[in-house]
This record gives sequence, C-alpha cells and structure tokens, in this order.
Amino acid sequence: MREQQSNANSASGFEPRIVAFFCTWCTYLAADLAGTSRMKYAPNVRVIRVMCSGRVDPQFVLAAFAHGADGVLIGGCHPGDCHYQEGNYKCLRRAELLKRVLQEFGIEPERFRLEWISAAEGERVRSVINDMVKKVRELGPMNRGSAGEDIQSQRQAFEEVTT
Amino acid sequence: MPDKPKVAFYWCASCGGCDEAVLDLADKVLDLLATVEIVFWPVAIDYKRQDVEAAPDGFIRVAFLTGAVRTTEQEEMAELLRRKSQVVVAFGTCAQLGGIPGLANLTDSKSILDEVYVHNATTENREGNLPAVTSHDRQNELKLPWFYNNVRTLDQVIEVDYYVPGCPPVPAIISQAIHALLSDSPPPKGTVLAPDIALCEECPRRESKPEYLAFKHFKRPHQVLIEQDRCLLAQEILCMGPATRAGCDAVCIAGNMPCTGCCGPTGRVKDQGAKLVSAIGSAIDSNDQQEIDRTLDGIPDPVGTFYRYSLAASLLRGRRPSARTNPES
Repeated sequence: MREQQSNANSASGFEPRIVAFFCTWCTYLAADLAGTSRMKYAPNVRVIRVMCSGRVDPQFVLAAFAHGADGVLIGGCHPGDCHYQEGNYKCLRRAELLKRVLQEFGIEPERFRLEWISAAEGERVRSVINDMVKKVRELGPMNRGSAGEDIQSQRQAFEEVTT
Repeated sequence: MPDKPKVAFYWCASCGGCDEAVLDLADKVLDLLATVEIVFWPVAIDYKRQDVEAAPDGFIRVAFLTGAVRTTEQEEMAELLRRKSQVVVAFGTCAQLGGIPGLANLTDSKSILDEVYVHNATTENREGNLPAVTSHDRQNELKLPWFYNNVRTLDQVIEVDYYVPGCPPVPAIISQAIHALLSDSPPPKGTVLAPDIALCEECPRRESKPEYLAFKHFKRPHQVLIEQDRCLLAQEILCMGPATRAGCDAVCIAGNMPCTGCCGPTGRVKDQGAKLVSAIGSAIDSNDQQEIDRTLDGIPDPVGTFYRYSLAASLLRGRRPSARTNPES
C-alpha cells in the first residue's frame, strides 16, 4: 500500500516542500560544507538560518505547515555543544511537546524532525535531507485543503437542498 | 431628547454565559439601559429576525455577537447584523477565538452527528436517522440549518471591529468596553478591549513565581492540595497565565484554580497554543529525551490544554481535514 502510494506520488510529480530551520553555528555551517564539498542532495529544502535552534518558536513550525510546507526540519548543535549553552535543549523539550500536538492535528511524525548536525557533518546534512524528502514524498502532500473552499462547497450543497 | 444609541445582542454557537455576564453587571445594567436602547436580544427581549431585516442598514450603533459560527443560520445572522450595524463587537472567547465549540475542529460534522445520534450508548436509533436539512411532517416541509464541517471565529465570517475577551468577559471588562465604544474617541479598529499584558503580570501570586521554572512532573488540580498563595506553576500545576491576556482580575487564581487561557493571547501572539507549548515545554527539568517524554505523559490532552479556547483561531485551525473522520465510526 505504502509502495503503491509512493509510486503514485512520484508518478504524479509530487515534490515535497520542506522548510528547514538551521542554527547558524552548527547545522548551517554543515550545509555550507556540504555545498563547498559539492555534495548533491534533494533540492526540496528551503533553509532559514536562525541564531540557535532554541530560537525556533513552535509558531514558526505551525506557520510553515499552515502556509503549505509538507515537512519541517530543525537542525541544531549536538547536545552539550550549543553556542548558548542550552538553546538546543530548550528546542528538544519544546519539540517533544510539539510532536504530541502535531499528532493530534493529524500531521504524521515523519513531517517534523529535529536533528543534531555539527559544523563538520556536511555528509549528515545530505543524508538527513535525502531521507526526509523520501519519507515525505511517500506520505504525499499535506493536503490541508482550504477552509474557505470547504465552507463554499458546503454552502452550495445546502442551497441546492433548500431551494 | 436625542435618540439613545441602538444596541443589539445575538448568540451564535454560544452557551448563553456571555448573555449572563451582561446581566452580571447587576445594578450597572440599569445605567446601561439609561444610556442605550436595546433593539434586539433574543435571550431577553421579543424582537425577531424579521424586525431587524425590516429596519434600515446601519440602524444599530453597536452589535455584540457572542459564540462561534457553526451553522448556516449563525452565518446568516452574523451577515445580517453586520449589514445593519455600524460597529460589530465579537463578545466573549467563542466569537473571538472559537472557544470551547472550536475544539470540534478536531473532528468533522459527520463524526459528530454519528456519535450523538447513532453510536451514543444511551441512544437507540436502529434506522440511523440523522437530522436532515429538509424533512416532511404530514403536509409541512421542515427546514434545519446546515451543520458545517468547521467551527469558525466571527472574524472568519464577517468583518469585526472590536473584541471583548473572556469566558465569559468579567463585569469590569464589559463596563470598560461599553464606555470605550460609546466615547467620542473610540479605540482603533481591531482592538481587543482588555489590557495587552500576560496574566502573570497582574497575578496576585506573582511574587512567588520562580525566575526559572523546572517541571519534573505535571500535577492536575484534582490530584493535589493546592497551596493558597504560591504560584501554581511553581507547584507543577499547568497554569496558562504566561501566554494568556490579563484583564480577568485573575478570578480563577483567586478561586485557587489555574488559568485555562480563556482571555486568549496577547496582541503580538498569533497562536496561543504554540506559545504555551513554548513556555511550558522549555521549562521541563531534563535534557534527556526519555525523561522529558515521561514528564510530558503528565499532560494527557495537549491540544485540549493549550488550545482549549483558541483552536478555531489557531494557525492550523484544527485537525487536518483528511485526518478528521474517526475510523471507528
């Protein structure tokens, strides 16, 4: 079933859009390293540089999903390596709670990911992004639909019944 | 004597608590009646929808609408009162943010009707009859409003000029709001008529709030004896004060119960629940993923806790539509 779905998604040309928040001290440098090392990875990720993974407000993640992202990736320094001592731990705690909220919102766990990637791990940027793009492509688009369209079609149905 | 400004009240998906709150002004209600003329208030006086329809557009100075919008009837009434009123006020949390009815955005209309009319343990409905928009009883055709899939806030349906927060708004906020609206220099459009600070700022237990919170467990009010004058968060009880607007006189705290977030977010926050996830989540006293998860098990219903009143107004507005229908029903 999954495989059929996945084939259908790649056949229909679905390319996931993934928003990535990378901390400026580790993961962003790792992405730079991946670039200067000419590593190739999936072009589906839009990177937003933040000072620290601890700066990523849960509102940013929800706003990304609300505006059409199919997945959100946060990259921060390894535990113990945070430039601000414990920003990445704060990010971890919030992310654990946010995961529970996202689950109740019907958003699959594969669509939200937190990874520790140090400045030296260009290869890891590549493998994490490729892996996430693959998994989200298998899941298919977020298909949130628009509430406005839903209301309109129901309103139409209502008017057809009553007139 | 010049005509008194005309005022209307209407309830959409509302429990009636907001109408009660107006009556809770007690003797001040008489002052209110001395300054305004109430032309429409289904819960209290006998003017009908047709009376409003017959009057000229804009004849109402201020319409106070309570409740979220779930049905076509509520949508029509909101649109009608928008046309007939110079100023529309979303009164109470449900009109402002969806409120408790907004939690229904975790599921869809079909699941709700099935649950209530078919699968409910105390209901016998072998034919599986559901409310229909049109039905016939002898020669008469009966009509019911359409039950939308989504609960909407008032400003997702019509243009709203002001907001009065609270579930229900406390008398002090109502009095101030009415005065502000009838004054010669009303506040700018879109204003939430309550202080734009977090409840913690005006909490009577503020002095005992620790600089750094550290949760090892979360305790629920029925599990512990709550100390009378210590910060509830310091007692590891979930209190929504850090990301909830002030102005309610901290009535729940005074009753030794935690804030549940009814006054909504402060002005700069887009998503109250996300802000609470941020505030509460980052204060968990562990750096270990498994230990964090064990602590989080103490919050059995995260959306019901952090989005109790604001789900319909949140960034995602509810559960993903394609994931809403309950597979069991």
